[in-house]
Amino acid sequence: MKKHWWKILTVVLLLYSIVGGLLMDVPRLHILNESIRNTFYHVPMWLGMMILLLTSAVFSVLYLKKPLQSYDIAAYEFAKVGILFGILGIVTGMIWANFTWGSPWSGDPKQNNAAIALLIYFAYTLLRGSLKDDQQRGRIGAVYNVFAFATLIPLLYILPGMTDSLHPGSGGNAAFGDIDLDNRLRMVFYPAVLGWTLLGVWLATLGIRMQKISYQRELSELS
Amino acid sequence: MLLKEVSLLLKKEFVLEIRQKYALNGIILYLASTIFICYLSFNLMPNQLQPLTWNALFWIIILFTAVNAVAKSFLQESGGRLMYYYTLASARGIIISKIIYYTLLLVLLGLTGYLFYSLVLGNPVQNKGLFLLNIVLGSVGIAATLTLISSVAAKAQSNQTLLAVLGLPVLIPVILMTIKISKNALDGLAWSVSQSAIITLLAVDVMVATLAILLFPYIWRS
Repeated sequence: MKKHWWKILTVVLLLYSIVGGLLMDVPRLHILNESIRNTFYHVPMWLGMMILLLTSAVFSVLYLKKPLQSYDIAAYEFAKVGILFGILGIVTGMIWANFTWGSPWSGDPKQNNAAIALLIYFAYTLLRGSLKDDQQRGRIGAVYNVFAFATLIPLLYILPGMTDSLHPGSGGNAAFGDIDLDNRLRMVFYPAVLGWTLLGVWLATLGIRMQKISYQRELSELS
Repeated sequence: MLLKEVSLLLKKEFVLEIRQKYALNGIILYLASTIFICYLSFNLMPNQLQPLTWNALFWIIILFTAVNAVAKSFLQESGGRLMYYYTLASARGIIISKIIYYTLLLVLLGLTGYLFYSLVLGNPVQNKGLFLLNIVLGSVGIAATLTLISSVAAKAQSNQTLLAVLGLPVLIPVILMTIKISKNALDGLAWSVSQSAIITLLAVDVMVATLAILLFPYIWRS
């Protein structure tokens, strides 16, 4: 039970962010109106994705330093959950954009870059699929994962800042921190980020356990 | 020591290229026929293409030529020969020499492409110095990225497709910056306008090259 406290915390935080996020008072802003509640679901997906992908890249670096299979499995599972969060982030963003910007895809640089980020990670899973040998898959996959994550940083944080974006915080729009994210939003926003990220970690740990069991079964069938 | 190794390996690349002229000729022919197809499919008189289209088309052609040109760096070398290099040279030496060599090759291809492209599709570039600098900077980034990715793809089956799938998305930061600077060169904007973009591109180049040099030894070992 002691080891599972964070899972209970996840459930509590998510329940709070769903119930509180939908029922609590939010600031009234022009155009955004009630859709501002999507802050609790769309933005945590992106933050969660970046945290999960960073974790995946860290496991890949560890694997390159010391080739333990569990590092490799962890890197892959975290990347997979990161992809899931990325897809959810794009979908929630598209729904939101449809109401506030007028169309689901408006060629916003952050939208485009998010799509590219997903392409990179789909390529990562493809690469892993096409390598048969475990050790080789681990090493080559780790190299690509580290490289891919490093190219993501200029893509997501430097380049969009140089062009106009409809997203807050660039192209003359005010950042969330300035006016929009007032204290009423913060009360749900930060727990929501923590909750969704913990859910991602939970999903990844389940995936890791499943992979480890299937490897062990393979080994025992061979011997 | 490393410098001597790199220069020897570089010399080897050049000698190989001269001995197998068909490979270089093939890639130049590829470039020329792609440009000619673009010219025919637009079916325009020279100088009628919008600068925006001109720019994007040019870099897409260069990008795909680069993928094909760098593909042979590891994909077309036989396993036995790679094993032989492994016993002779260090991984660092090999990746540095390959990056330098492919940068030079891509600059050459970029210039040839630019010449032929402006011949058939017109040359709206106003700031030629910036455009040429941009070709060099873009080539460094593309060469470093694709050399590492081709060594990754060489380990997998069906590697020619894999090279494009793995390489194109990670090339996007480099390509976006080059297209941006190139657009400034086309419009003849002052150097100071492109300064921050040039510095960003340079930083991305340095980052990509450093990563390639750091990560390559892990691939080389397997």
